[in-house]
Amino acid sequence: MYTEENCRFTKTHEWVHMEGDIATVGISNHAQEEISDIVFVDLPKVGQQVTAGQNCCVIESVKSASEIYAPVSGEVVEVNEALNGDPALVNREPHGNGWLFKIKMTAPAEYENLLDLKAYKATLGK
Amino acid sequence: MNQTDLQKTPLCAACEKAGGKMVDFHGWLLPVQFEGIIAEHKAVREAAGMFDVSHMGQIFVEGKDAWPFLQYVNCNNIKNEPGAGVYSHILTEKGTIIDDAISFCLTPEKFLVVVNAACVAEDFAWFEKQAQKFDVTVRNESAQWAMIAVQGPQALEQVAKLLPQAKDIARFHIVEIELFGAKGYLTRTGYTGEDGVEIMLPNAQIEALWNALLAQGVKPCGLGARDVLRLEAGYLLNGADADQTRTPYEASCGWVVKLAKENFVGKDALAAQKAQGVKEKLTGFVLKSPGVPRAGCKVFAGAEEKGVLTSGTFSPLFKGIAVGYLAADAAVPGTEVEIEIHGRRAKAEVVKTPFYKNRV
Repeated sequence: MYTEENCRFTKTHEWVHMEGDIATVGISNHAQEEISDIVFVDLPKVGQQVTAGQNCCVIESVKSASEIYAPVSGEVVEVNEALNGDPALVNREPHGNGWLFKIKMTAPAEYENLLDLKAYKATLGK
Repeated sequence: MNQTDLQKTPLCAACEKAGGKMVDFHGWLLPVQFEGIIAEHKAVREAAGMFDVSHMGQIFVEGKDAWPFLQYVNCNNIKNEPGAGVYSHILTEKGTIIDDAISFCLTPEKFLVVVNAACVAEDFAWFEKQAQKFDVTVRNESAQWAMIAVQGPQALEQVAKLLPQAKDIARFHIVEIELFGAKGYLTRTGYTGEDGVEIMLPNAQIEALWNALLAQGVKPCGLGARDVLRLEAGYLLNGADADQTRTPYEASCGWVVKLAKENFVGKDALAAQKAQGVKEKLTGFVLKSPGVPRAGCKVFAGAEEKGVLTSGTFSPLFKGIAVGYLAADAAVPGTEVEIEIHGRRAKAEVVKTPFYKNRV
């Protein structure tokens, strides 16, 4: 399963777990705490091409909408359908069953540019 | 704006201590939430919650002409019976909305007007200008008073433990109180659609009240829950749903306009608009597909853009709800429309407001 330790992070609080050329994407525990009370996730479409840094998903909480950026480039090959019925799963298990979508990476080297847990945590204090 | 530049209420430290996530709200540092908006919403709908509303303004009007003056600056009929309060709009000469406020009669020659925080300075200046023709003194005491709103089905019994008068006070009425050695006011009013009261005390005494209510189990609630609750209850948010470009008729608040009154600021303009009818009016929407409508989203009927949202949120009771100004021809309950959210059209239906109607 995905854990904080076996993932990499973006400065915009997404996490990525890589397995072969498939990147699973979610949001960090810090991000779900900040967003709080998630009530709807507008997921990308399967088959959609995304590039690293591109806005491709919206997480709605009661108070605001948060844009989620693709951490890596590629094709969206799967989305977490469970979130349609239970969006608060992202709050409860941000690093597990609350994952958002999977990207078949076109440039796996992009993964290497992402932050490890220690480097990500260092950004949070700022 | 830096947080240190923001105005703080006397409850700021108490809110932070209770876990409040503090944000800039029109220049005030106030809690947007404590435990979470959904939990706080539930507390107010099912038990009791409290809000720091110390940022709101208190303007006292005193003198022989206090009542005629308030009749003149309000479009609704203000009552001159001691204890009675009336919700009304304060208008420009064009009939557009400066503020919405409640005027309470303390004595036939002394009234308390509770106004929105963001409007205190403008309301006060407007009152002073209009007061020149009347034998009245207008005093802005907003900085001296703090205020807590206690709302929910258990609000009255919770407050009655400290102030037994809470059980006897009638809706939209005010009584003078004494608590923690200071004089204050208790009103049976609120902004949530639930029964409840609002308690005004001098700044120095308010934290004792907050702590007492907290110890009794009243849940601290923030601006986030307050916005969901007020929108469900169909209450205007001045500055969003109403401003100086909109009249009470356009804001679907025609009931606050008493054209039969002899005279009031904005009367001629409103009489003319009533005869002509409005082009747009504030309209309620319920989303029929997933998503959360927000202020600024466009509303379409067929291919045509027919309006724009001024408030929208996720309601735990009704899912996506919103209000916005819609062309009058489309503002008919049952009309199917589409709301553009993040570039995607979501199906919605025009509905009558309030979305939520319960005890008050």
